[in-house]
Amino acid sequence: MLPVSAEVVIIGGGVHGCSIAYHLASKGMHGVVVLEQKYLTYGGTGRSAAGIRQQFGTEINCRLAKENIKGFIRMKEELDTDFDLELEQGGYMWLAYTEGQLNQLRENVRLQSSLGIPSKILNPDEIKELIPLLDVEGVLGASWCAEDGHVNPHRVTFAYYEAAKRLGVKFYTYTKVVDIEIEKDKVKAVVTDKGKISTRKVVNAAGPWGKEIGKMVGLDIPVVSERHQIMVTEPVNRIIKPLILCQDDGSYWKQEPTGGFLIGMDNPNEKKGYDVGVTWQFMEEVSRRVLKKMPILRDVRVVRQWSGPYDITPDSQSIVGPVEEVEGFYLDVGWSGHGLQFAPSIGRIMSELIIGEEPFISVDVLSFNRFKTGKLIPEPACI
Amino acid sequence: MEKFTDDDVIVCRCEDVTLGQIREVIRRGYTDPEEIKRITRAGMGPCQGKTCRDIIIREVARITGKRIDEIPVPTYRPPSKPIKVGLLAEESD
Ligand SMILES: Cc1cc2nc3c(=O)[nH]c(=O)nc-3n(C[C@H](O)[C@H](O)[C@H](O)COP(=O)(O)OP(=O)(O)OC[C@H]3O[C@@H](n4cnc5c(N)ncnc54)[C@H](O)[C@@H]3O)c2cc1C
Ligand code: FES
Repeated sequence: MLPVSAEVVIIGGGVHGCSIAYHLASKGMHGVVVLEQKYLTYGGTGRSAAGIRQQFGTEINCRLAKENIKGFIRMKEELDTDFDLELEQGGYMWLAYTEGQLNQLRENVRLQSSLGIPSKILNPDEIKELIPLLDVEGVLGASWCAEDGHVNPHRVTFAYYEAAKRLGVKFYTYTKVVDIEIEKDKVKAVVTDKGKISTRKVVNAAGPWGKEIGKMVGLDIPVVSERHQIMVTEPVNRIIKPLILCQDDGSYWKQEPTGGFLIGMDNPNEKKGYDVGVTWQFMEEVSRRVLKKMPILRDVRVVRQWSGPYDITPDSQSIVGPVEEVEGFYLDVGWSGHGLQFAPSIGRIMSELIIGEEPFISVDVLSFNRFKTGKLIPEPACI
Repeated sequence: MEKFTDDDVIVCRCEDVTLGQIREVIRRGYTDPEEIKRITRAGMGPCQGKTCRDIIIREVARITGKRIDEIPVPTYRPPSKPIKVGLLAEESD
């Protein structure tokens, strides 16, 4: 049974919703409710490539990313969880195939260095030395950060969930939000298919579906949902740790700590919408691309394939914080394919904003308002 | 010598998950097979859960007292048989 009222209702049981819930409760807030239309991790969270990195190209993301890494390092203790979160700092490499790409990477690394991120530019010989199995034909250089890596997205989410639950947060799965009631531009209640909850504060952490939630309060949130596919191989001996991203054809891969290779690619022609189906063409195309670079994978068998939605914004940048139009309505959406790793820092910042504290890093530049003022901040380091 | 119990039985041979581990996550309150799969990896292996899925659903039903048909079945994720990367690549040439 749903409660009749709540202090805060968080819409979305992904990694962001669960992190916000945990951070609010750990600050002593009571009456926090999380609503999820299916099961926890149903959305992008359960379908990601699980990469974490500090190699971003905008100051705000670099500053948050440093905090994310720190957050993952202390997470096991902070959340007091016995789940193996599989945190592995095996590195992350962006390969450049044109002068333009290399210049952009140089610019990113300059920014990252100025903010204390230990990334650097590598020449092809240095790349070969780090990853002897990689075919570097056509590669002009790379950017590299040894502190970046991998984390288990499911277990991180469930660890936030369990910690939040212990602190009194109530979670309701298979409960879909169908409307939000507003009175005099203030949030009044959340309506679900299982009943109504009165509340003054609502957090839209619905990922790609955030656009639909926005419509319920009359906001047009510029998020487009785009399908991204990925496949994984059988586990094999560990031969490579970093995530490798090729900027010529958008392919990327990494070997998970459990041994399977996760393989994906950027495809500008992918279907828009919330469809999470898969195609045979994807497996063929991505196999062709990745074999050119990692011929050793020829005899490894693919065992699973899936897809998930990216919530893409016009500047590939998240939308975070309260909105001017509706009092009590908060956004944490639009993560444009890199949102898993921001759960530690943004969960904390969202809780600070909701409680009315000064956020430990200002996220004003990420506000919804930027689409009205035109102050977009395009993130160049996206896959 | 210690005796083997039901808990030591390997339910998911592909991912090496025991019945004891499955029971432990169910006891912790995870009764959705999708959640159980995502926490334990049972069902993510090369056979795609063909061997372990039904055992897990039965165990959820037994512990929660629900009927089998009340329990959501995890999504099946192709390919139906493991296939070499090299073979997939050739098909697109
Ligand atoms: C193929 C792929 C690869 C990726 N790789 C990476 C990576 O390497 N690193 C990285 O950091 N990120 C990656 N991402 C992105 C990352 O997965 C997402 O940015 C992140 O998980 C977003 O989390 P979230 O909690 O904001 O949203 P979601 O996980 O999408 O959660 C939103 C939840 O809201 C629920 N919901 C929606 N509507 C309603 C409603 N009306 N009522 C109730 N509930 C509702 C949904 O069911 C969903 O569970 C990848 C994504 C994909 C698809
Ligand atoms: S036995 Fe569980 S996936 Fe094969």
